[in-house]
Amino acid sequence: MDNQNLSFINKIKDSDIYFAFIKSPTAIISTTILIIIFFCSFFVELIAPFNPFDPSSLDLMEAFTPPSWEEGGMSKFLLGTDGQGRDMLSTILYGSRISLIVGFAAILFSLILGVSLGLTAGYFGGKYEMIVMRITDVQLTVPSILMALLVDGIARGVISKELHDEMAIYVLIFAIGISEWPQFARVSRAATLVEKNKDYISASTIIGVPNIKIMFKHILPNILRPILVIGTIGLALAIIAESTLSFLGVGVPPTTPSLGTLIRIGNDFLFSGEWWITFFPAIFLVILAFSINLLGDWMRDTLNPKLN
Amino acid sequence: MSFLKIDNLSVNYRMRKETINAVKNINFDVKKGEILGLVGESGSGKSTLGSAIINLIDEPGKISGGKVILDGINIHENPGDILKYRGKKIGLIFQDPQTSLNPLLTIGEQLIETIQTHLNFNFNESKDRAITLLQEVGIKDAENRFDNYPHQFSGGMRQRVVISLALCCEPDLLIADEPTTALDVSIQSQILELIKTLTKVRNLAVILITHDMGVISETADRVAVMKNGDLVEIGLTKEILTNPKEIYTKSLISSVPPTNKKISRFKIMEKKENNAGRTNIKILDRWNKKNLTSQNLIEVKNLKKTFQEGMFNEASKNTIMAVDDVSFNIREGESFGLVGESGSGKSTIAKMIVNLFKPSSGEIFFDKVCITKIKKNSEMMNFRKQIQMIFQDPYSSLNGRLKVKDIIAEPIKLHNPKITNNDLDNYINDLLESVELSKKSSTRYSHEFSGGQRQRISIARALATQPRLLVCDEPTSALDVSIQAQILNLLKDLQEQLNLTILFISHDLPVVRQMCDRIGVLRNGKLCEVSDTEKLFLEPKHEYSKELLRLMPKIESIYN
Repeated sequence: MDNQNLSFINKIKDSDIYFAFIKSPTAIISTTILIIIFFCSFFVELIAPFNPFDPSSLDLMEAFTPPSWEEGGMSKFLLGTDGQGRDMLSTILYGSRISLIVGFAAILFSLILGVSLGLTAGYFGGKYEMIVMRITDVQLTVPSILMALLVDGIARGVISKELHDEMAIYVLIFAIGISEWPQFARVSRAATLVEKNKDYISASTIIGVPNIKIMFKHILPNILRPILVIGTIGLALAIIAESTLSFLGVGVPPTTPSLGTLIRIGNDFLFSGEWWITFFPAIFLVILAFSINLLGDWMRDTLNPKLN
Repeated sequence: MSFLKIDNLSVNYRMRKETINAVKNINFDVKKGEILGLVGESGSGKSTLGSAIINLIDEPGKISGGKVILDGINIHENPGDILKYRGKKIGLIFQDPQTSLNPLLTIGEQLIETIQTHLNFNFNESKDRAITLLQEVGIKDAENRFDNYPHQFSGGMRQRVVISLALCCEPDLLIADEPTTALDVSIQSQILELIKTLTKVRNLAVILITHDMGVISETADRVAVMKNGDLVEIGLTKEILTNPKEIYTKSLISSVPPTNKKISRFKIMEKKENNAGRTNIKILDRWNKKNLTSQNLIEVKNLKKTFQEGMFNEASKNTIMAVDDVSFNIREGESFGLVGESGSGKSTIAKMIVNLFKPSSGEIFFDKVCITKIKKNSEMMNFRKQIQMIFQDPYSSLNGRLKVKDIIAEPIKLHNPKITNNDLDNYINDLLESVELSKKSSTRYSHEFSGGQRQRISIARALATQPRLLVCDEPTSALDVSIQAQILNLLKDLQEQLNLTILFISHDLPVVRQMCDRIGVLRNGKLCEVSDTEKLFLEPKHEYSKELLRLMPKIESIYN
């Protein structure tokens, strides 16, 4: 077992991707930042100095404390507090967890939907392909944020008010997911068309392998690379979309704030001088999205055989 | 007095893990008015050597030593000076005429651009010169074709334009890197004839890089044989071909399929031949061997296939008749060859027989059952099992994401779902050994293998369903001659011992002669002639067959 692990590590060290990775400072820096953010967000209970959702720990007297290095700052609130006396650093970390969960879940949803539609469309062709691709064309003309707003609006109408806060996060995932799938469909269809004409697919057909198996056992693993690349860039987009929606007030409720909700709350205090309430969540969001995009860019350059 | 002297030239490629010496201390010279053939298999460094002469090596490669002396001057001494020689003193012809011309410029513009870059000519002078050149390389009606774009020329004509481009500035040295590999036989012979004439008329020194021994024997005055970056042997073509000194050259020449006779199998020099050279076909014990009857296994009747261009199906205009009313039979146990040039429809016929395409009209009978009318998948499975195919390109015919054992296990499990894991492993090992691969290969991925080994994996996969008919679509045209010889030997052994029927598709007449009992000659989708192999080669009936046989490069021509 140990031996197997060792050889696995050696195999990774031996691979071209690892080599390209250690040669690229951009990739190393962005990955490091992302690992830190992911770690802090998912083990937030252990890391955050306060639990901002525990009302007993809040003290309204401590509201609007500026960051610790400013005049009037307190050393226990590194990045200051918001209007309810919640520690900003802790709130941001809890908020980024929600943003990341929504982002990942939404992108996974659109990936599964988009890839299965694109793959089948590319493989079977004909009328089915035409219908699927025209739907994606139509959806691409609607800005994705509008699409998400529309879905959210409909959900508000359908789901009762009491349930809505509970359901908000799922509605959000669905709304963002449904607005992002067309690019997965397009990319996977294009890649499928290329793979479909290769001889190994003909060979499988001649052997008599059923279509579904050809698609998922033979084609899917061979088109994963471009999908992974747009998936990564899509993750950044989904996180930003979540923040935008929350900023507009249609996202997650303020009781469990995400980064976007925090920015919106802070926005109200911006003109009265409490800049830190909106600034720190915003800068955190920028760093998060920027790192994911840099990593995605690097992946596109490395994994795309055409650019090598 | 030699015109070009290569003195101790070496090229290194510094890779991540090691430095590859692609060209190792090569010495030779070329005289004016002489064609030196540079021959070798893939990876022998022949193309790298060609590029190294004009200092056109891509990163991470580097010329690590040696001199190239052209007319008494070391042209590598001052790297900035090389531009004075490229194009002007040294002309280049590349393999693919499709990509060596700029599709957005007319051929006239490209010629004039080149002439004006190197020579101090005004527009009219350059134009006159360009037209003279085009006439010289045999382009008819050169004044009018001057303003045509590359896509308006056929492949052969385009290669002529490329040659005229190379000759623009009266070079003294011409480097031709596989100039005819992308062309059909009939055009190949014209281009080679043109290069020969130009060499004489213009007193050029020519380096002809090729893998094709037939081309060498018909064109080159002297030949240099390369292997792994080393120069193995150099000498007069006749001497090298008839009386090679080095073992490598001997084995190379013995793997070239002879055009004038049929041999039972190729001699493989490097391998110790046990069992009188026969492959040990382990799979034989499992094989459900059918006794051969002299009946027809395949009957093709009035087969037609049309492809429609354009999405709105204005069929009348753009219909391409890929296969036009073709009928033939293949008897059980025989090898039937289909030959033809590119676009003759031979691959399309193969794909209809294995049921990848549906014919537009006509029928295909397998063992007296019409397989083109079967609708039900379950019925079709029965035939899928009996007809298998081997493809041309060994790189795209295997799924790179699967291990070899999974590739071979797929057909076995599909047609024999009850097989136990233990038995499956044994079956896979037997198959691998039957195609002369080691058991260890089963846990590796296909990209770890060479082209020839990949083709063996393909064969093993095809044999896994125990087929009666094996369709081989140019199975060796992507391989080197020595590997080709091994694969052809293997196919022959398999056929003999497993009673296989083979449909062998190729553009390469000598190969077909070695492999097939009967041959059909295809041209533009029509079957010109079907005849026994020996009869076809000795007394072809159809005009086109005669033409093909006349133009085929013959390695034996050197003996006369």
